[in-house]
Amino acid sequence: MAEKIKNRDAFFNPFSKNNPVVVQVLGICSVLAVTAKLEPAIVMGISVIAVLAFANVIISLLRNTIPTNIRIIVQLVVVAGLVVIVDQLLKAFAYDASKQLSVFIGLIITNCILMGRLEAFAMGNKPWPSFLDGVGNGIGYTIILVIVGFFRELLGSGTLLGYQVFPQSFYDAGYVNNGLMILPPMALIVVACIIWVQRSVNKDLQED
Amino acid sequence: MENLNLFIRSIFVDNMIFAYFLGMCSFIAVSKNVKTAFGLGIAVTFMLCITLPINYLLNTYVLQAGALAWLGPEFADVDLSFLSLIMFIAVIASMTQLVEMAVEKYSPALYSSLGIFLPLIAVNCAILGGSLFMQQRDFGSVWTAACAGAGWGLGWLLAISAIAAIRERLAVYSNIPRPLRGVGITFIITALMGIAFMSFLGIKI
Repeated sequence: MAEKIKNRDAFFNPFSKNNPVVVQVLGICSVLAVTAKLEPAIVMGISVIAVLAFANVIISLLRNTIPTNIRIIVQLVVVAGLVVIVDQLLKAFAYDASKQLSVFIGLIITNCILMGRLEAFAMGNKPWPSFLDGVGNGIGYTIILVIVGFFRELLGSGTLLGYQVFPQSFYDAGYVNNGLMILPPMALIVVACIIWVQRSVNKDLQED
Repeated sequence: MENLNLFIRSIFVDNMIFAYFLGMCSFIAVSKNVKTAFGLGIAVTFMLCITLPINYLLNTYVLQAGALAWLGPEFADVDLSFLSLIMFIAVIASMTQLVEMAVEKYSPALYSSLGIFLPLIAVNCAILGGSLFMQQRDFGSVWTAACAGAGWGLGWLLAISAIAAIRERLAVYSNIPRPLRGVGITFIITALMGIAFMSFLGIKI
């Protein structure tokens, strides 16, 4: 029974209480860079879920055979291999999205979420909990990406996934898209607002 | 002149932190006081200066489409660019290891002030990001790559030192709402600084 609960925690905790982005503060770079529109944000989220889940499983299977002093290189190679596969798949099946994401797919390798989870979880746990942990953290990351992407695209371009949301009559009445939302600094402010809301609710996360 | 222009642009206009938001994790985590922030900044600059030219040579003479032509005509249509991610990260990880060992041996004083940051750098997105931007932009020569690397590194150093200085003051003089303390306010300051850095857009020398 204890095992069951642990699995569930590994899967659900990263959604909010232990979210990789706003609580562990990992993987910020890509959150800011890819969220100007909702669509690349979703593609990026799915790629990270896939890479993170499989990297966790592979490292967890290998955890007893990796010598401690070269583990970082081993982890990097495993992650890099997976990222190359994802990169090639995206180029083949979602070329536009992969053009928009440009170098940021490659930068999944150095996404701190990956190294953080591999070090903290996969090195010490069995494959199945590691898989759940990977998927959970990937989803937690995607949730933040989608929230930030939603607000930035809605307020910045007045569209969602490319479809016009605000009707033309709004614009005729003097409504103007907030161009600042498209620029990367606003992503930081949106994330800061998410942190603010989340820490007001979970008081134990507040810092002095 | 071209290189000088690129160097200045890399520091201010294409600033790694404020324009691309690369290397944010260590930027947020290690910016609590100026001294350590400066140490990490120096380490990042150093690694960018070393890895960018190496990766440039690797890209031009091994990985690009047709880059292996110097081996003989039968290699002229080999395209290894799908391997570039793995090669770049391998170069960065091994250079970090090498530099760490060299610094430890020849300059223990530098090692003790810089040593703890060196392993962190292998997974700093700014370093790999530099190499990937280099690949995307087709720099003309290895010197251009080195100038861009130095510029990006110095820009990162500038950014992390500035934010650390601001955070040191904030901790003493300000009364921030409790949920925003720490990470939250750092994000907002970084955003404001990013907007300020946009004023450099379009600078040419």
